[in-house]
Amino acid sequence: MKLTGDKIFKILAAIIAASALTILLITGYTLTAGSAPVLQKFGLNFFFGQQWNPVEGREVFGILPYVLGTLATSGIALLIGVPLSLGIAIFLVEMSPRSLSVPISYLVELLAAVPSVIYGLWGLFVFRFWMLNYIEIPISKYLGWIPLFNSSHIGLNIFTAGAILAIMIIPTVASISKEVLSAVPNSIREGAYSIGATKWEVIHRWVLSYGRSGIFGAIILGLGRAVGETMAVTMLIGNATGSAAMPTSLFQPGQTMASLIANGFLDTTRGSLASSAYIGVGLTLLFISLLINVGAHVVMTRVFKVKGGAVE
Amino acid sequence: MINSYGFRKFKNRLFFILCAICVIIAVIPLASILLEVIIRGAPQLSLTFLTATTSRGGIGPAIQGTLILIGLTSILGIPIGVLSGVYLSEFGNNKYAQSLRTINNILTQFPSIIVGITAYGIIVLTLGTFSPIAGAVALAFIMIPIITRTTEESLKLIPNSIREASLALGAHKWRTTLNVVLPAAKSGLVTGVLLAVSRIAGETAPLIMTILGNRFFFQGLDKPMAALPLEIWKNSLQPYPEIQAQGWGAALILILMVLTINIAVRLASRSRMKT
Repeated sequence: MKLTGDKIFKILAAIIAASALTILLITGYTLTAGSAPVLQKFGLNFFFGQQWNPVEGREVFGILPYVLGTLATSGIALLIGVPLSLGIAIFLVEMSPRSLSVPISYLVELLAAVPSVIYGLWGLFVFRFWMLNYIEIPISKYLGWIPLFNSSHIGLNIFTAGAILAIMIIPTVASISKEVLSAVPNSIREGAYSIGATKWEVIHRWVLSYGRSGIFGAIILGLGRAVGETMAVTMLIGNATGSAAMPTSLFQPGQTMASLIANGFLDTTRGSLASSAYIGVGLTLLFISLLINVGAHVVMTRVFKVKGGAVE
Repeated sequence: MINSYGFRKFKNRLFFILCAICVIIAVIPLASILLEVIIRGAPQLSLTFLTATTSRGGIGPAIQGTLILIGLTSILGIPIGVLSGVYLSEFGNNKYAQSLRTINNILTQFPSIIVGITAYGIIVLTLGTFSPIAGAVALAFIMIPIITRTTEESLKLIPNSIREASLALGAHKWRTTLNVVLPAAKSGLVTGVLLAVSRIAGETAPLIMTILGNRFFFQGLDKPMAALPLEIWKNSLQPYPEIQAQGWGAALILILMVLTINIAVRLASRSRMKT
């Protein structure tokens, strides 16, 4: 068999295309190897402990507060961001004229282009005070006796971080939901109109239920974005550590896995147990993020395989 | 009564208004971010601010660092990304390519801080120093999956008849791909590359543990380096208003870079891709 130019080209391209797999394997290996010391020393306590003490000789590492903090901020982001995104997607696909929907789509996509650190800067000097003055202070004044609304009145807390994440996931969730809604066949809408439904009834009884698995996929992708987001959260969550970071109140400082790494990783000495602990947090984050994104991928391929018209 | 025609019409109107409000709520942060960055950042702008070192009240090193990072990352990321995309599009009709495509899609959603730890582990620990190289490797890990995907998508838009015409003239597959298909998809490729550049220009998290930051201009490929996003983050944490103001100035420069690329690309590709 002769090695022609075509074969060489194909093989070369195939090798380079393996870069995706290589990146995944390198990442997995580096994080696993790096976190091995801390996992060997603490075992399961690493995942269920609440203490965090990097001082040499007295090291204790437990990441439960940060895992829960990540879930809490992402949960808030979904609770606020998903209804907004669905509203936007419905408005763009079903309601607005094309002359309006094109510029609005642009604006929403520009939200995705703004770098995370600028969200953080704006959050720290502007958004935080909106949340503090209009939401945190009024709520904690009347409902402060409920532990969930116990406030520290600085505006740097789990709720503010979740709210900024909500803004940041809007472009992801809205643009995918828009695609999903556009892929719903018009015959469905026409059938519903023909039996006398109003526009709203058509949307919520037929269009949304037809596209529900696609919208579910969009929500999972939004969750993936919220879980991994670092800078904006780091600048707004207040950066508590140890058991103080347990997300017991919306208006108290907390910590997510990503923000913990961004804040503390550099303070560790190379090769120390503390450094290994931060890498262990990274490994946990990687695992959760992989789980979410593989889930989203499975949902989305199924959706667009069964119902896809234009979308491949 | 609850299902009377009037009430159903009222509900219809109500949800129209609610959806419109959702749009307005989403646009408010964007408008506020742009306004604040301009109002607080613009007074900072001056030749000194853009070119001087940190101690003289400028962000010169940060701008230089970001440009160097973009350059190094592009050298690493663009060839690998484009060739991967070529493979997936031109030879991608098999199980191997299918699984690479899945992995690639998942990589585009990776948390960027994890990429930073990886680059720290493989480059910083090996070289024993924070360096632009480590930063560029981290950013390339983010850039490659994006470019792979956009390249594949824009090559798939090229009709097969063009490939067949070239093959019919006796050209080899590799020559067809490089000299016919890639040039035909040029504008799509450029769009993808520019969007990837604008994405990595604003990445901060992976830079924390790779290039570290520096108060001086570029000192070599094995020394810590400054970058705009890092500068913004560090300045925002300082208690001094004049340093915070410098952070806003840096944010203005960064957002100008990122949004110019984004808006230009979208305007240019509007006629091509009808959405």
